[in-house]
Amino acid sequence: MDFLSYLITGLGLGSVYAIIALGYTMVYGIAKMLNFAHGDVIMVGAYAAFFMVGKFNMPAIVAILVSVLVCTLLGVLIERLAYKPLREASSLSVLITAIGVSYFLQNGAQILWGTDTKIFPTLIDFGNISLFNGALQISVLTLVTILVCVVIMIVLTAFINKTKTGKAMRACSEDKATSQLMGINVNTTISVTFAIGSGLAAIASVLLCSTYPAVNPTLGSMPGIKAFTAAVFGGIGSIPGAFVGGLLLGILETLAKAYISSQMSDAIVFLVLIIVLLIRPTGLLGKKISEKV
Amino acid sequence: MNKLKAAFLGKNKNRSICVGVVLLAYIIIEVLMYTGSLKSLFINLLVPVTSYIIVALALNLVVGVSGELSLGHAGFMSIGAFTGVIVANVTATFIPNDVLRLIVAIIIGAIVAAIFGFLISIPVLKLQGDYLAIVTLAFGQIIKSLINNTFLGYDASGFHFSFITNKVQLASGGKMLINGPIGATATDRISTFTMAVVVLVLTLLIIFNFMNSKYGRSVMATRDDRIAAQSVGINIVKTKTIAFVLSAGIAGAAGVLYGLNFSTLVPAKFDFNQSILILVYVVLGGLGNMLGTIISTAILVLLPELLRFLADYRMLIYAIVLIIIMIVTNNPTINNIIKKVFKKNRTEGDHNDV
Repeated sequence: MDFLSYLITGLGLGSVYAIIALGYTMVYGIAKMLNFAHGDVIMVGAYAAFFMVGKFNMPAIVAILVSVLVCTLLGVLIERLAYKPLREASSLSVLITAIGVSYFLQNGAQILWGTDTKIFPTLIDFGNISLFNGALQISVLTLVTILVCVVIMIVLTAFINKTKTGKAMRACSEDKATSQLMGINVNTTISVTFAIGSGLAAIASVLLCSTYPAVNPTLGSMPGIKAFTAAVFGGIGSIPGAFVGGLLLGILETLAKAYISSQMSDAIVFLVLIIVLLIRPTGLLGKKISEKV
Repeated sequence: MNKLKAAFLGKNKNRSICVGVVLLAYIIIEVLMYTGSLKSLFINLLVPVTSYIIVALALNLVVGVSGELSLGHAGFMSIGAFTGVIVANVTATFIPNDVLRLIVAIIIGAIVAAIFGFLISIPVLKLQGDYLAIVTLAFGQIIKSLINNTFLGYDASGFHFSFITNKVQLASGGKMLINGPIGATATDRISTFTMAVVVLVLTLLIIFNFMNSKYGRSVMATRDDRIAAQSVGINIVKTKTIAFVLSAGIAGAAGVLYGLNFSTLVPAKFDFNQSILILVYVVLGGLGNMLGTIISTAILVLLPELLRFLADYRMLIYAIVLIIIMIVTNNPTINNIIKKVFKKNRTEGDHNDV
């Protein structure tokens, strides 16, 4: 029974990782860059929701919407100001710029809101449900988290596959130059990708902070690294990959914490990652790209 | 033949310039210290700055020369640092001379880091691109977690070791070498600026000679065109392994210098951010450009200190500076202007910049 409860907790954590990983993987797929600032967008989203509820006493739904709005705008702004001038630059230059943006957001948050950890308010109190005569307690919040993740996954897949914008995104990730010739506005498409990824980051931040209610300027860095790992785990650039990778990583981390050692859980997660990459060098669901001579 | 000669002279010229700049800087700093015109804040930074320059050079060997992205070099630095602390403490009784003890620690630290470099290179170098980067990232995280949970003590009866929880019982006179998350405490500060510069010069000689050797050329050929290199019979995995292990060893030596410069050292110091910072030094200095790496590392390590007057805003300014440098250096218009200005001064040797 303990195992089942750990599994559900792991799925909940994994769902958050999966939602964040979607942001990494979509941006990677289309812009071929590792957006290291993605974790810090989560942090900004958490602060936005925190202030909406804590300071302005707004209802939960308004807080979530404002958080999504702030993150979406921030994502587009970052892309326009920092990454767009570097479209033609080497991937390392873009990586360093992303790191610069990440530092900027973290330190900006420190100056604006202080370094102290703030307690995230309970947005909606879901309570627990009890199964098997109380032998299994499940937090409804965890179930909501998993549900939100699944819904996002379905909507996003439909969006990418069915809509015109989704088609444009797929075309851009295949070949930017040809897409442009076909009349696709590449810059707009990339902006839309950043907007979606950052909006998802806001949802992830609300879910994350509802489960672990501590808000501070470095809140996003560890989930960011983990989600990035999850994206690679599942095969970076692949949307189902991010989903599977995120869930597996969450379960793995929770089980390692419960059964092996809480201090060593990170090491175990990363060790498994190395082993997976040894067996499947492009991740679980990654595409094998054959080299052309 | 003439061309070949010029090419060789060009390489040697690069090496001489690098070593010359380092020695000149050393002499100037020593003179300034002698006359007492250096602030103590700056003097305290000498060994860390030099250590970072060494580790940045090591990373440039992987990222610039070998063309593989490593996000875990702080891990090698960490291995070197804690190995160095252990060696320096254990040998304290029978090697009374600090300089000799430091040399022994540097050598052993470099060897241990190189061994770890070899172990990680087995999975790493089979992968390509971003997957390779993530494995080095994972490696750095694993090393941090491992050292964070290691409890190692030393007394008359030898080493005492426990993992995750501290169960180390030491006889009187014993000493905790690594105390979990607290790390190493009360370390003898035996690192000296002179020794750091010696290691730096050795590093430069090793790297430049490697780049001129058969393996160095093979590595660069592989970086430029993997398939073409393979087709002329270069063993890609072997050459890349040599470069990676060499780099890990040098990073380990830098770690020893760094670790023995502070009386306390926490394992969390060498985290992912640290690896990223070192990468920033390398990219700003120029991939494969050793002199650039030296200059950019020195400036970027000192920059937060120089910006101290900005108080809380200094890291914010640092971030903005970083972004602006990247955007400006990648702007085609500005690049063209720079090229035009420097065109006149271009010499044969510059073409050999990697």
